Amino acid sequence: MTLSSASYQQEKGRLVPVMKDILARPSGRIGLTLVFLHILLALLSPSIAPYDYKLQNSALMLSPPSTEHWLGADHLGRDILSRTLMGGREALLVTGIATPLAVMWGGFIGILFGLVGGRVDEVLMRVVDAFLSLPWILKMLVLIVTFGTGIGVLIPTLTFFYGIPVIRVARAATHDIIARDFVWAAKARGHSRISIIWRELLPNVLDTLMVEGAMRWSWMLLAFSSLSFLGFGVSPPTPDWGLMISDARGFMSFAPWGVIAPVIGLSTLIIGINLSADALAKALGIDRAQKAPM
Amino acid sequence: MLFMLIRRVLLGGVTVCIVSLIIFSGVEMLPGDACTQFLGEYQADDELLAQCRKDLDLNRPAIDRFAEWTQGAVSGDLGLAADGKTKISTIVGDRLKNSLLLAFCAMSLGIPLALLLGVISGLWRDRLPDIIASTLAIFAMTIPEFVSATLLILVLSIWLGWLPGIVLTSAAAPSSEFFPEILLPVIVLSFVMCAHIMRMVRSSVIDVMASDYIQMATLKGVPYWQMVFRHALPNALLPAINVVALTIAWLLGGVVVIEVVFNYPGLGRLMIDSISDRNLPVVQSIALIVASIYVCVNLAADLLTMIANPKLRTMYMRKQ
Repeated sequence: MTLSSASYQQEKGRLVPVMKDILARPSGRIGLTLVFLHILLALLSPSIAPYDYKLQNSALMLSPPSTEHWLGADHLGRDILSRTLMGGREALLVTGIATPLAVMWGGFIGILFGLVGGRVDEVLMRVVDAFLSLPWILKMLVLIVTFGTGIGVLIPTLTFFYGIPVIRVARAATHDIIARDFVWAAKARGHSRISIIWRELLPNVLDTLMVEGAMRWSWMLLAFSSLSFLGFGVSPPTPDWGLMISDARGFMSFAPWGVIAPVIGLSTLIIGINLSADALAKALGIDRAQKAPM
Repeated sequence: MLFMLIRRVLLGGVTVCIVSLIIFSGVEMLPGDACTQFLGEYQADDELLAQCRKDLDLNRPAIDRFAEWTQGAVSGDLGLAADGKTKISTIVGDRLKNSLLLAFCAMSLGIPLALLLGVISGLWRDRLPDIIASTLAIFAMTIPEFVSATLLILVLSIWLGWLPGIVLTSAAAPSSEFFPEILLPVIVLSFVMCAHIMRMVRSSVIDVMASDYIQMATLKGVPYWQMVFRHALPNALLPAINVVALTIAWLLGGVVVIEVVFNYPGLGRLMIDSISDRNLPVVQSIALIVASIYVCVNLAADLLTMIANPKLRTMYMRKQ
């Protein structure tokens, strides 16, 4: 991970050029459009959904697409179009809150320990390693099974576990700039640690953290929908793509539309986030391909 | 060099120790214990709970039980499951064997394919083979595993009827009986892992091909394919070792979703079932096994990289 020399001196008002750079790339244009549409859909879907998402109608059970129900109905006779339109709300809400929180706490701890260094840092890294060596699903499920599903448990759980890898990234990025002259100068001027972190380190680590955050968002969304799929995410009858796929899977041989609609919803959102993250990384000059995938 | 090796191995050992501590204290801190869970349905009164805790030896201080647990784990005895009768090592043993089988099949299909595709798309950057492979890789990496698995079942199993879409073999069956049911999960897993490794190999091939020594070789008139195979690839494939290791660790411990989708009796499904049943002794054991595998595989990758990379090798030698 190398920081370009331009980013050492942060100029003000970089937002506009970076946005322009992102939008100049096809991946950025497609990605941001998808993400924007999904956020818009999540906000508007309660008012544009043609039917009530929890209205059951036994006469319509597993019925194929028709003029009244464009995407057919699921195994409880609920309108699939309405449920698909609303299926991303919970996922976007939970990950939209948990991602920034995770990047913030992980980033702060990572920068702090990168600055402090020494024995404390060494011990912390071993603990981080230990946490990373456990499969994510095990860590989360143990907490979720104990404390219940619901947003109140999912947000803190995701925030905590997705902040841990961020510690590593933030620490490595801090190490890259810690020996620079301006950090030494600030130390020599007698600035406090908080001031050094806030005014010298954070502005230079921010690019890395933003790319990391965009990537974490898509991984968190994957985790969230996998949890829903396994039955540990949102609770029925809340519409959620993961849960809908899991429900419709059993009837896939004669009612495939029940699977295909939520699959398209979930895939377009995740691909959109990934393309945006790619474009952001390129616009900020951070090579994403060099990162470990998991 | 030797010092470095020993240091790495020791650090790996320390990590496993911390993992076991985290697992044990995590489970201790959760509300309820094996007895409240076990007796929960009977509205257990205090007397019954006390009796149960005495039977299961839960009254001793946590530190004693931790010492006993770790000692047992080192010697291969993982203790008893929450029902107090079944030995964990027998439950976990079959599942671990099945998970290893699945991982082995996925690796032998996925890794060679990933290396081949990575090299091809790195050498023909931004041409048709690269565009096709890279686009597919983005799909494989971003779409959740349960989505690609479900779609593959829909197409290959339901619509075309080529492969069985679900595993019905029991956990204790010999490995040979898992064919052909295992093929579809293997295809999904190799598809996902292939994407990660391929992207890494591609970017490293591009880097190496643009480097000075390759240009030098070109200018000196080294034939193209000789240059690729003798000069470029040995260097380009080095960074792939770590990604391959991470993927192997993921295959051995994290394929819960795939195992659930295909009903495959591996470690991942045992993990989910044990967590749902609050069978915490089994959860602890699985966590320890999976974490140890992760640490070992990563350690092996680090050591392999060190040994295979002349720069690193001589750097440590010179330091000594």
